[in-house]
Amino acid sequence: MAAGSAVAPLLTVRPAGATPDTMAAAIRSVIGEASVREGRVKVDLPALVENGNTVSMTVAVDSPMTEADHVKAIFIFNEKNPQPNVANFHLTPRSGKARVAARIRLADSQQVVAIAQLSDGSFWSGSVDVVVTLAACTETLN
Amino acid sequence: MARALINIPRAAKRGDVIEIKALISHPMETGYRHDETGKGIPRDIINRFVCLYNGVEVFRADLFPAISANPFLSFHTVATESGVIALAWTGDDGETYTQLANITVE
Repeated sequence: MAAGSAVAPLLTVRPAGATPDTMAAAIRSVIGEASVREGRVKVDLPALVENGNTVSMTVAVDSPMTEADHVKAIFIFNEKNPQPNVANFHLTPRSGKARVAARIRLADSQQVVAIAQLSDGSFWSGSVDVVVTLAACTETLN
Repeated sequence: MARALINIPRAAKRGDVIEIKALISHPMETGYRHDETGKGIPRDIINRFVCLYNGVEVFRADLFPAISANPFLSFHTVATESGVIALAWTGDDGETYTQLANITVE
């Protein structure tokens, strides 16, 4: 341990990073014990990303967005950035359409997962796999 | 804190679903980068975005470091009545930047 701490300052300290396991834990912290069904959620990302610093993402949920049946929230997760969370979007019946776009960072080739929470309490998910050639987030400043 | 570009229709028919686009200039420093001496660059991001339509929240987002610099968001809302749409971005430092737009609904 003494040797380790003597060497440590010479190393670039990297965050541990998200893994499929930490993503699963982050998802669990949002949905609790509820089960998630696949479907109704579509995540749009380019299949091949040249620059992970800015990637256009669109997520859409199949929902009438009425008072009785609407999307309450959409949670976006990733597997391999330093943190598993990307964004949480909170919608209301007044959103009219469950469709949100943003620009995100991707540190590596990985899966991006979107989970929608509906007004009836159910959770639905959609995911997409992306290949990233230039990673974001952890590069050193020049 | 920053400069924002927003795109909201000036006029709409009652009941129309309108798209709101919002972009703000901000580095969204992740807290995971290092300078050339190996020193960590502290995190500084916008972590919250809210859209109020005549004072009522119609859309909100929690943002994490995985959102790109100069964060861009696009979302929708139903044009219910004439009035003011307010967009507010809040940073890690607790400061909020607000931009307003008028909408006429017929």
